[in-house]
Amino acid sequence: MREAELRRLLAANLLSAVSIVLTVFVPPVFLSGFSVLGTHLAWLCVCSVCVSVLSVTLCLILKPSQTSKRGSLSSKISRFLKCCIYFFMSCILFHAIIVLYGAPLIESVTETFLFSVLLSTFTTLQCLCLLGPNVQAWIRVFSRNGAMSIWENSLQITTMGSILGGWFGAFPIPLDWDRPWQVWPISCSLGATFGYMAGLIIAPLWIHWNRKQLTYKSR
Amino acid sequence: MRLRLRSGALATGCLLAEALGIALFLRGFFPLPVKSVPRGEARAEPPAEPAPPGPGIVSNWTKLPPPVFRKVVFVLIDALRDDFVFGSKGKQFMPYTTQVIEKGTSYSFIAEAKPPTVTMPRIKALMTGSIPGFIEVVVNLNSPALMNDNLIWQAKAAGKRIIFYGDDTWVKLFPKHFVEYDGTASFFVSDFTEVDYNVTRHLDRVLKREDWDLLILHYLGLDHIGHVFGPNSPLVGPKLREMDNILKKIHISLLSKEGEDSLPSLLVVCGDHGMSETGSHGGSSEGEVHTPLLFISSAFEKKSGPLTQLELVQQTDLASTLAVGLGLPISRNSVGNIILPVVGGRTMREQLRFLHMNGFQLSRLLQENTPAYEKDLGYEQFKIAEKSHGNWIKLYLEGNNSEILLNLSKKVLKQYLEALKSLSSSLSKQVAQYDMYSMMVGTVIIMEVLLLLLLSVPKALSSQAEFEVLLSPPLFSLLFYLMCLMLCAVHVIVCTSAESLCYFCSMSWLTALGVMMLISVLMCSILSAAGKILENSRLPLKNPLASSGWSEVDVLILAGTIGHVLSLGASSFIEEEHQTWYFLINTLCLALCQELCRNHFLLKECNLQLGTTVTQNFDGIGVASECKKIDIPAASDSKLGKATSSAEFIKGSDRWISLASPWIILICCRLLRSLNQTGVQWAHRPDFGHWLTSSEHKSELSVLAAISLVMIFVLVQRRCSLVSKIAMALGLLGIYSYRAAIGNVVFPWQHDSKDISKGITEARFVYVFVLGIVFTGTKDLLKSQVISADSSVKSTGLWEVYSGLVLLSALLFRPHNLPVLVFCLLIQTVMTKYIWRPLKFDVAQITIMHYWFGQAFFYFQGNSNGIATVDVSAGFVGLESYMEVPAIFLTAFTTYAGPLLWAIHLLCCLSSEVSRNSAGVGHGCFCYALMRSIPVAIYIILVTGLRYHLFIWSVFSPKLLYEGVHVFITAAICLFFTAMDQNHSQKAQD
Repeated sequence: MREAELRRLLAANLLSAVSIVLTVFVPPVFLSGFSVLGTHLAWLCVCSVCVSVLSVTLCLILKPSQTSKRGSLSSKISRFLKCCIYFFMSCILFHAIIVLYGAPLIESVTETFLFSVLLSTFTTLQCLCLLGPNVQAWIRVFSRNGAMSIWENSLQITTMGSILGGWFGAFPIPLDWDRPWQVWPISCSLGATFGYMAGLIIAPLWIHWNRKQLTYKSR
Repeated sequence: MRLRLRSGALATGCLLAEALGIALFLRGFFPLPVKSVPRGEARAEPPAEPAPPGPGIVSNWTKLPPPVFRKVVFVLIDALRDDFVFGSKGKQFMPYTTQVIEKGTSYSFIAEAKPPTVTMPRIKALMTGSIPGFIEVVVNLNSPALMNDNLIWQAKAAGKRIIFYGDDTWVKLFPKHFVEYDGTASFFVSDFTEVDYNVTRHLDRVLKREDWDLLILHYLGLDHIGHVFGPNSPLVGPKLREMDNILKKIHISLLSKEGEDSLPSLLVVCGDHGMSETGSHGGSSEGEVHTPLLFISSAFEKKSGPLTQLELVQQTDLASTLAVGLGLPISRNSVGNIILPVVGGRTMREQLRFLHMNGFQLSRLLQENTPAYEKDLGYEQFKIAEKSHGNWIKLYLEGNNSEILLNLSKKVLKQYLEALKSLSSSLSKQVAQYDMYSMMVGTVIIMEVLLLLLLSVPKALSSQAEFEVLLSPPLFSLLFYLMCLMLCAVHVIVCTSAESLCYFCSMSWLTALGVMMLISVLMCSILSAAGKILENSRLPLKNPLASSGWSEVDVLILAGTIGHVLSLGASSFIEEEHQTWYFLINTLCLALCQELCRNHFLLKECNLQLGTTVTQNFDGIGVASECKKIDIPAASDSKLGKATSSAEFIKGSDRWISLASPWIILICCRLLRSLNQTGVQWAHRPDFGHWLTSSEHKSELSVLAAISLVMIFVLVQRRCSLVSKIAMALGLLGIYSYRAAIGNVVFPWQHDSKDISKGITEARFVYVFVLGIVFTGTKDLLKSQVISADSSVKSTGLWEVYSGLVLLSALLFRPHNLPVLVFCLLIQTVMTKYIWRPLKFDVAQITIMHYWFGQAFFYFQGNSNGIATVDVSAGFVGLESYMEVPAIFLTAFTTYAGPLLWAIHLLCCLSSEVSRNSAGVGHGCFCYALMRSIPVAIYIILVTGLRYHLFIWSVFSPKLLYEGVHVFITAAICLFFTAMDQNHSQKAQD
């Protein structure tokens, strides 16, 4: 059972990682002039949409969360709306934090906001897919030793990876190398993406490595 | 014998030793330049010919010799390396020049440039003949005009008309010196053709005219190609060919102008520096320092045959040679020698006169700089040569024309050349090199201090915070004497063998011995500390750090400290150091936010476990999330409503504020960040500071200043006594009226502010209150020490000293910076009340956070790591005229106000919590010293390694000065800490 689930996790994560790689190489086939550095905003949109579609699909297919109950249509719709609101709120919050970190307040709002959307896709959306709009469950997952399944462990690692990646991505901005990727927010969004992908790949390996120590409490 | 040493005292002692070390290092790193005489005083009469011995015959040739050349064209090609002209590239791409060198009337040399091989200092060297020192550049950053005696100034004073085209550095260095000029900016490195075209397009017109005496052309294109593509790029060839054509044009034009009766013209071609194999410059590799130097004139003899071995001359020699060539006095600070072949066409009497002038000028410079000039070899040689010159003149004036005269003249010439050589070498030794020995001694002291501090961390942060120092263990005393002896031996060997002048060697023997004893003592203490640690580690002791685990704040603090230190190796990170600190304190605030939430959840959990209705879901909530800092406030808010807060120690509304406090701090920091744009890359971006200081927004500035002053009063007064409250209020009023008097702000009833005064009275009025408040505070402190009153008297006293400093900085800060002070006080209040106290951070964490915020506020107030942002005007507040000591004190205080205020606040904060941790002040002092020592020690090593870096002058050296001054200030702060700690320890013993 555990082995099978781990294999499913590995497959899902690899699929997500591959999809991000594809967002770099597939759109130039259809759109001329598309490149990650040149038309960064477009890539941000494509990447966010692609990752969110894939996450939602995977979530619907694999159904890793046991919490999803058979509810009425109206309750499902209300859950969906709640998810949307949560997602939007997290975008705003990320935006605010990025501005507090020193991003310009008035200029390049689009860039900052799309970057915060990307960060939300990598973090909040994954939480929403796995845990639903249930804040208490989120707090449980992100507290120490709070994960109750390998999916939640993977979620912890990818979230941490993307936020740390975005954080480290800000480092090269002050360097005077005059490279195209030093422009705001390219280095940060690339950092977050690499962090997320690293998280996706590391998570199954880490779980496999520590499978003896990981004992999940039953609910 | 045992000595008990508190950790605060240890830290202070270490910092004092470190201050000594850094002073030595700075003295070695910035050797004082050869004393430069301002050009106003430089109008000394030229020396007469040496008087012939004996009575009777007198030479009356006292005037300056006439010029040798009518016109001089000086072509400076940036980054022209010697092999571009003399090597295979020259043969291939510069055919005309090669032909002139090999067969024409020319003299060619290889001129050696001294590092740093950067354009501006090299221009200075070429024109003044001196070697600009590092400190000179740092000091002159604000006034780029060259104040020293120089060739251009002399030429202008003699009525020569100078025309300049090329790099606009010249225009900045010599403002108003050129009758006609066109400067091109050298910042667009990717521009290869336009920069040179902008110079060449004037050439045809100017060469036709007769109304100039000196034409200077500075071509930048070659340097730009080198920077982008390197010396072997295919673009170099065409550029050299272009230069060759220009030289051909100038030469032919000069030749065509020369008549029979007029003096010949001179064409000088040289490079300011070379380029390395990668195309950059600044260092001291052979390619960078070797440049060609060509003199072309019809006055010279025709060469026959290809080049033989080229003579090596100094770049500084050009200034003296050109001065003589143009009939000008030699610049006072020049260390160069005349290149004799250039004036070789003149009579022997004139040649000897030139050499005598040069020698006289050099020996005068030596007299001004070295006290023991009479023992100098060059000076002695010069005196001998002067004497034989006198003899020669006697013979000459007697009309002797025999073989004897010719032989004697050759002898005098030789003597002069030798004397000049040794004179200029002993002069250039003073500035040319880093004084590595002093630097090494300084570095050793600093590294030892750092090691000692690091090794004593476990002991110093223990609850006793005391060390037992064994004063005379036999082993260590033996080691101590051995080390002293060895260091003395090394000292003697280094000082006797060193060719260059060394500051540490020139110190008196006793001082040097003292320094060496200090080094040995530090070494012995390090060994004993290390021994103790080894001893302790053998015992099966639980490591307290490992058992308790590291919280996120700890990890962040450690990573931030290490990361910041590492970032000092990159010049851009130094230029933008403020970004590092802003980034770190932002992250710190978020980590604190997470810590706060966790704290509240822990409390909540206890609460819930006390209660009976615990849902299963809450079981897992031990600690709050790791990275979902964002979601926590929302999450906690939703739950707060439900929580009944009977057992909580922060009550309802306070809890909300507590949770919001990191966000308040974050917003404050963001506002401050947009107040002053600093650094280099984004310094030009618009900021509030500029908006406020522009004259249209005077009323807004007035309102802001008034609000800020009121806020300062509100934030400071709560812990002051009544007397100092009143004094504070009056002082703040005085500040506003001072700013109104000097015209920065306006009173509402005042409509036209025509009467602007210096505000001396108002400022002194404020100074009186500052002194009064500080005095009251000191009185309280003394009282608490002597009468051993309760600790509240002491903390009031400390707070009063603090508020006095706040008042002083409010006076000295520019009005648009007053919000910085307000936010500083606000953040301190919020942090103390809602974060440090409730979360029970330990002293080390509080200290490091104070240090971080202090650093961030250093930049918030508009400072940067460049010299240009130092607010010199603060040194003149309340002073009629410039007085050195108060001005330096006030400027230093204003510049370091941020770190200083945070450090004093740390002291207030720690001593008010003496009940919780009796050794708190000592711990704080120790941590503060450690936090300062780590970056300084690493930076000094980095700077030593990077001393030939291209940006050493513009980026690393100013930062080094800032770091050095910061160490001195920190040492003073730690002394104050220790004094407070001593009071406390005495009281504890009572």
